[in-house]
Amino acid sequence: MNLLINFKSLVVLDPLGLFFLAVIFLVSLPALIYSLGYFKGKFTRTKLLATQLITLAFVASMLLLVIVGNALVFLIIWELMTLLSYLLVLTDDENEAAISAASTYIVMTHCGTAFLTAALFLIYRQAGSFDLPAMAAACQTMSPLLRNWLFVFFLVGFGTKAGIVPLHIWLPSAHPQAPSHISSLMSGVMIKTALYGLIRFVFMVLGISSLWWGMTVLFLAVISCLVGVIYALMESDLKKLLAYCSVENMGVILMGIGLSMIFTCLGLASLAALALIAGLYHLINHAIFKGLLFFCAGSVQKGTGTLDMEKLGGLIKKMPWTAAFFLVGAMGISALPPLNGFVSEWLTLQAFFSGVLKVPGLLALGLVLGAVALALTSGLAAACFVKAFGITFLALPRGQGAEQAKEAPASMLFAMFLLAAGVVGLGLLAVPVFNLLAGVAQPICGTSLQVADLFSLSLQPNSRFAIAPLFILLVLGGGLLSAAAAYYVFGRGKFRLGRTWDCGYYKIDSRNEYTATAFSKPFRISFSFFLLPFRKTERRKDSFYHVSSFVHETHTTKIFKKYLYDKALDSLYRGTKVFKRIQAGSIHLYIAYVLVTLVVLLLLVRIF
Amino acid sequence: MALMDSLIHLLLLVAFAPLANGIITKVKNNLRLRQGPGILQPYRNLIKLFGKEEIIPESSSWIFRITPFIVFATSVTMVLLLGSGFGRVGDLLVVIFVLALGRFFQALAALDAGSSFGGMGASREMFVSSFVEPAACLIIFALYLSPGVAWSVSHFLAGLALLLVLLAETSRLPVDNQETHLELTMIHEAMLLDYSGPSLALIEWSVYIKQFFWLCLLAGIICPLACPTLIGLWPFVAGLLVLLFVIAFIEVGIAKYRLFKVPDFIIFGVILALLAVVSALLGV
Repeated sequence: MNLLINFKSLVVLDPLGLFFLAVIFLVSLPALIYSLGYFKGKFTRTKLLATQLITLAFVASMLLLVIVGNALVFLIIWELMTLLSYLLVLTDDENEAAISAASTYIVMTHCGTAFLTAALFLIYRQAGSFDLPAMAAACQTMSPLLRNWLFVFFLVGFGTKAGIVPLHIWLPSAHPQAPSHISSLMSGVMIKTALYGLIRFVFMVLGISSLWWGMTVLFLAVISCLVGVIYALMESDLKKLLAYCSVENMGVILMGIGLSMIFTCLGLASLAALALIAGLYHLINHAIFKGLLFFCAGSVQKGTGTLDMEKLGGLIKKMPWTAAFFLVGAMGISALPPLNGFVSEWLTLQAFFSGVLKVPGLLALGLVLGAVALALTSGLAAACFVKAFGITFLALPRGQGAEQAKEAPASMLFAMFLLAAGVVGLGLLAVPVFNLLAGVAQPICGTSLQVADLFSLSLQPNSRFAIAPLFILLVLGGGLLSAAAAYYVFGRGKFRLGRTWDCGYYKIDSRNEYTATAFSKPFRISFSFFLLPFRKTERRKDSFYHVSSFVHETHTTKIFKKYLYDKALDSLYRGTKVFKRIQAGSIHLYIAYVLVTLVVLLLLVRIF
Repeated sequence: MALMDSLIHLLLLVAFAPLANGIITKVKNNLRLRQGPGILQPYRNLIKLFGKEEIIPESSSWIFRITPFIVFATSVTMVLLLGSGFGRVGDLLVVIFVLALGRFFQALAALDAGSSFGGMGASREMFVSSFVEPAACLIIFALYLSPGVAWSVSHFLAGLALLLVLLAETSRLPVDNQETHLELTMIHEAMLLDYSGPSLALIEWSVYIKQFFWLCLLAGIICPLACPTLIGLWPFVAGLLVLLFVIAFIEVGIAKYRLFKVPDFIIFGVILALLAVVSALLGV
């Protein structure tokens, strides 16, 4: 009998693993620096120590996950990562919402893990080993039906952790509950490990054998993008908004991965590499700007005591550094040039459009529609972050917390600075980063793509500046200079401070400002078929004739939760009522059940 | 040489951009049997605004100050990225992202002043533009698929879609109305309410440049030209003039849509662009 764990191949360092190691390090180190300031004066010494140790263990588990070469160890570490993050979700606050969010999280991810376990053990049955190369070899000889099932299992298993729609509902409730740097780690890095798993096991172990795999991934990606960004637009809680936005960005990354699967299946190796590079580029980008944005949200929470955008505003004057860093992150995530999100979304669009030229018939139309979805998503994401930054940081404070806001301590600002530098750097250094990622994609797609190849793949074969945000920055800088020249040469440059235009009535105050809910109203109405908004207006009367005040209430319906999960849970509970009858509470009976189960299992093992 | 070419085109576009607006306004007024201001009025407005003192809202921050510069810079960048020929499809996909940059800051500045008008304008602008973006993407892709001088179904459909995008992007009827300052209907103007003096002049100017960019792109589809020599330029200018008349006619002829009808209008543009892509793929 061979050992389950072969120690020689326990650790595998290949470009893919190294890439994920880099991503994890890039966010974890600033997160640890950030935690020093964030936890100051928050917990008792013991609790602080325990939390920091769990955080370290959590980071370590993610680091180990991407370098193990043994599927069984992978599963064990995967489980460890889930459990540690579950503990971390509960550290900041032990209220009911936190406990319910954490429970949803652990139940859902365990369902996902069950699928993973099943898939890995199915492969083990054929391979007789948990070593990845042996498993990959065994997969080549499997029947197509079994491979299809394995793909579905992997997709559900990793998809739950990645938060793709409709398996996303744990994500927006669990991520915001954790302390902010843990939210960064979870949203920025942990959910990316699911994509690592997907690439590792579907691309490299299972091998892509059917076209519909890629199409399914692409379809789910499109749905995730749109659903995530529409929900994000509706949120007025800063951290929840960011969490929903993670669902959207996972969709964008999966677009690249799904496209890559389609192209691989059609034998278009260089396009597959391009799509995978686009996906990986967006992956590292998202890790960095989402980490940054969660840091900023934590700083807002620490400085003002709230995350409710309706009570914030004007923070750019009280917390200038946090505001500047949030702006950088928001620009990155809205795909504005010359920052990093722009490069990866542009590459993904290129992958879509280049693919349309090469794939047959109806599939080409599908890719065009995918590109439309990506463009729509990026427009909506920009709207979402105009709202997030504009309502939170600009104009006048809407509440006492915002009026008395204090800037974050230096350690937190330094951590934010590191990630903001990453957002700028990954944008401006697009070409070297592209080449590095090409090295990661090369063993997976079997072709090495250079930036030079990109010019021949891209829509404008002759434009050498297509992927050069540095060039765009240069032109923008020129534009800024000319604007400044026009301003100071033509204009006299005289200005004075005055009141905002108030229609001549009275000095406007923060109650005249647009709110987050109002900002998203056009979207709420336009997408009402999906959001099913609910509005209630109540009149408070102090006498029969006089209405003293109105109470307005509006919220949207989360249809996945209401019509999918709540229904499923309902029928589960009804189903379990049947079993209630055999639960008499007698220990003798239970021992008998255990015995019967054992006998049945033994018989089953004997038969199969 | 290419750089010189681009710079000359840039200067031409930047210089002539306000004129297009002047012509449209003049034609509109004449169609309504009014005399209206002369076609050079936008220039006079700009000169006057540049000479004025500027008032900056107390509640605003540096975002409000830098936005006019960024908006102007993005307009200039768009034009430069258009490439060295009028209407040639250069790095147009990048243009969409550059446009988004200017719009992002414009909306932030609108929120920064702290009045509800600004917020309303910002919200509506982002709402409309998120539907425009896919349409613009598809049009550019369709143009890429069927380049060259030949007239085709794909070109026609893309041109039509581009006209719809142009109306939405330049805040014209039926999406927005430049002539009114009624809070119920304002989109773009609502974002500029608290700007004055040179800053307003910069923003107005960049709006003209942006508009001229889309006009040139559309004129380039109607009358494609390989190299803009002086003789080759005339058909292009003629196409541009026809376009200005068409836009004036449209604006005089139709009323503004309700805000929630605007997505329908733009989605129509998306569908036209989609058909353009499909027909280009089919080779017609």
